[in-house]
Parts: sequence; structure tokens; C-alpha cells
Amino acid sequence: MSFPLLTFSEQLILTLAALILFSSFLLLAQTRMIGLIHTFAWQGVLLFAATVLMASSSGHHHLFISAALTLGLKVFFIPWQLRRLVVRLDIRRSVETVGGSSLVMIAAGALTLFSYYVVLPIRELSLLATRNTIAISLAVVLIGMLMIITRRKAVAQVIGFMSMENGLFFAAVVSTYGMPMVVELGVAFDVLVAAVLFGIFFFQIRSGIGSLDVDHLNRLTEVDK
Amino acid sequence: MNGWLLALLQTGLMIAAAPLLSGWVKWCKCKFQNRQGAAPWQTYRDLGKLFRKEIVVAANASTIFRIAPYIVFSVTALACSVIPLVAPNLPTSALADAIVLVGFFALGRFFLALAGMDIGTAFGGMGSSREMTISSLAEPAMLLAIFTLAMSVSSTNLSTMISALLQRPFQLYPSFIFAAMGLVLVAVAETGRIPVDNPATHLELTMVHEAMILEYCGRHLALMEWAAMIKLLLYGVLLVNLFVPWGMATSLTPPDLLVAALLLLIKLMLLGFVLAAAESGLAKMRLFRVPQLLGLAFILSLLGMLSHVILEVR
Repeated sequence: MSFPLLTFSEQLILTLAALILFSSFLLLAQTRMIGLIHTFAWQGVLLFAATVLMASSSGHHHLFISAALTLGLKVFFIPWQLRRLVVRLDIRRSVETVGGSSLVMIAAGALTLFSYYVVLPIRELSLLATRNTIAISLAVVLIGMLMIITRRKAVAQVIGFMSMENGLFFAAVVSTYGMPMVVELGVAFDVLVAAVLFGIFFFQIRSGIGSLDVDHLNRLTEVDK
Repeated sequence: MNGWLLALLQTGLMIAAAPLLSGWVKWCKCKFQNRQGAAPWQTYRDLGKLFRKEIVVAANASTIFRIAPYIVFSVTALACSVIPLVAPNLPTSALADAIVLVGFFALGRFFLALAGMDIGTAFGGMGSSREMTISSLAEPAMLLAIFTLAMSVSSTNLSTMISALLQRPFQLYPSFIFAAMGLVLVAVAETGRIPVDNPATHLELTMVHEAMILEYCGRHLALMEWAAMIKLLLYGVLLVNLFVPWGMATSLTPPDLLVAALLLLIKLMLLGFVLAAAESGLAKMRLFRVPQLLGLAFILSLLGMLSHVILEVR
């Protein structure tokens, strides 16, 4: 097996990609709300580092703007906003039991393998040394989706949604030096608005069904039979 | 011939030096807790004292109880000859690969658990059942971590692995980082260190290793404790030599070997220091939380393997 030599920044980006995947697994396993938000912020930090590395090593300076956006929104603003919500909703210490957590982790591992096989033909199209990370970003997207499916608390589902967006952003940065600036700004703005809207939704859901557990939405009657 | 001599020498050295590492960790822990602390070679005195004491065996003890200490000790000593200490490519390394090493550990553990249950006390049985639970979770994680390394160098032989890593130019391998983290967690669980088991305890409801050897005394106890110390050293050497192999002797000349031995000593002392720091900072975990910790170890090793397949093979 041959290992072609990569430049140091490429090695760092590959390591960061693996760490981002790890943070996705951590998000999936994390049961405490505050811990979940902190893990999400750390994923943002990793994403920021990868973007900065990519920007400085490739010379595409518009990536610095994306990196700054990532730092501002995903590391500080959204976690801060979510944390404030969690404090105001008084669910700081709430522990969510994830049913069959080891099964969910195995499913996440399987999803990673699945995304690897799906991406195999696609990665031939890219010439970058970091093209292998496309599979990682697809896995991050799928694990975010898995998180939305398995979690019942609305806050955790929102974090799953945001980490899906992280995966998409990472794929764009590492495989094609980022999306066009207009798209990127639009997505960043969307995420920002989504974070604010979700906050309003949380209060609506809570005043509607008395809990943030969205399983209650499946019931059609208002009183227990 | 030279190689065989060196192999014998390093096996003997490992067995002889094992109590020193345990003593060093104990000494570091004492310093962290602002205590005076016995000298690192106190463990030799303790072992000597145990060897001189007479043996008392319970009336209903079977042969297994009597032979278990010898089996556990000899299996652990045999494992020492497999792991490269200061130089890879010694003739003994062809005896067994990493999977057999895991098998050696399993054999020792099997007899340890049998001995724990043999007398029929509640404590022994409890300890054995806990040990088996923990090891059944730790073993897959350890094997996965080793397979990750084996895949990247295409061999399961420890010495081939290490020499392949030594020849390669330095690179960051994400898979190695994850495998190292997974193996550290496994090592903590398997050697009975703090978040999983408290090595300093002798009567506590939650103990694991001490519960199994509670009925032993004298020479038997000394052999069991010595084997546990060797196991700690084995895991330490395994971690250090697999993930930080730089400085190991590539040729069998005295200056090279001396430098390698010195570097290894420094690395192991650092590792012992880190272990003592972690043990002083962490609290013992509830037994029912241990599967989560080992699940994390398994996920880390799995991620190591996945990131090897996805990121490093092209």
C-alpha cells in the first residue's frame, strides 16, 4: 500500500475531517442539553480551522470570509442563542434518554461506510488531495439526519439540523474551495434566521403541548385516554 | 545468536522492571495528593515481603486455585517476549502477532476469573463476573484498534508494524490518533486503573481486580500482583512503541540500544506521570457507566478504521 506524501496543511485538513466526524458521533451520543450545545460549538471550531487552513493553503481568499462567518455564527451566535433558549426554557439539566444508544452508534458507523461507497465514483471527479473528505462530509450530513430521527426533544433536533448544514459547508469547502460567495452568504443568513425562528417555535411548541418532546405531536387528542 | 540473547535480556528486563513503573506511578500520585510517598522501589520490598510469607489456602480450594497464580504469571511473562521493547525485528517477535497477544491476555484473565470463583466467596464471584463483563467489552475495541494499525502497515506482527512505521516519513495519520485514543481507554480498563477500577483499594464493594485475588496470600498473591504490574508495563510499552516509536534502535549495536533504552525510559516515565495525573484528577466511575466508556473506546477504534479506509487509502 503506498502513501503518497501530502503537504502538512493537507494532512491537517484530513485530521480535522476525521475530528469533525468524531464530533458528529459525539453529538449523537451526547444526552445533556448543555453538553450538546458545547459539542456543536466545538464542531464549529473544527470547521473554522479547516476553512482557514484551506483558505491559506489554496490562496482562495474569499474562504476567509466564510471562515469568519463560521466563527461568528456557528461557534458563537447559534450556540449562545440555543444556550439562552435552554436556560429560559429551564431544560439545562434535562437528560434525554436515547433509546438503544449503542444501536444508534452502530447505525452511524454503517452510514459512514454507506456514504463512502456512495461517494467512490464522485471523488474521481475532483483533483484535490483532500477529495476523500467528501465521504466524511456526506457522513456528517447523514448522521445529522439520523440525529433528527432518533431524538425527541426539539432542541436536539435543531442541533442535528445545524450539523447537517455543517456537513454541507465542509463538503463545499474541501472539495471545491467553497460555494460562490452569494450562495454562502445566503446559506449563512438562512441558518441565522432559522436559529431565531426555531427559538420562537420552541416557545410555541411548549405553550401548545406543554413539553418540548415532539412525540406528543403524534397524538390527536388533547387528553390522555 | 545476538538477537536471541537480546530478546531474552529484554524479556527479563521487562519482568524485572515492571514493579518500578507501578512504584513510579504510585510515587507520582502521592506527590499529586501532597503526600510524602514511598520511594518508587517500595513495590520490590512489598513483593519480597509477600514472597517470604507463608501460604494459607482455603480448605475447599481446588487445584485451579493453586496453579492459577503460576499460569497467570507465566502467560504475562510470555507476552513480554512478544512485545518489542528497545528494538524491533528480534527473533522472538516471530513467535506471535498482536492477535496472539490479545489471546495471551485472555488466557491469563480466564484463569484469574476461575481462581476468583474457585473458593466460592461472594466477593470473588462478583469480581470475576465484573472482570469478564469489562473485558468482553474491551477486547473488541482493542482488536479493532490493532486492526486499524495492521491495515495501514499490512501486517499483524507487532515488530513488523513498528519497523514499518519507523521507516516511513513522519505524517499525521487521523486513524492512528483515533486508534491511540481507543487503545488508551482499553488499557485503562484492562489494567484496572481509576475510572474503571481503583488499584489502591483492598476492601471496597466496587473493586474488580482486588476482589478476585482477595483469597490469595503469600507467594501466590505476590505472583498475581507482579503479573498485574507486568500487564501495566506491557500496555505502556505497547502504547509507547506503537504510537511514538521514534528513537527505537534500528540496528543491534550497543550505542543504539542504549539510546533507545534511555528514550523508552523517558517515554514510560512521562506516560506514568500522565497516568498518575489522570488518576488523581478523575473519580471512579459507577460500574454501570463503564460500558459507556468502553463503547466510546469501540467507537474511537471504529472511527480510526473508517478514517483509514476513507481518508488514507487512495
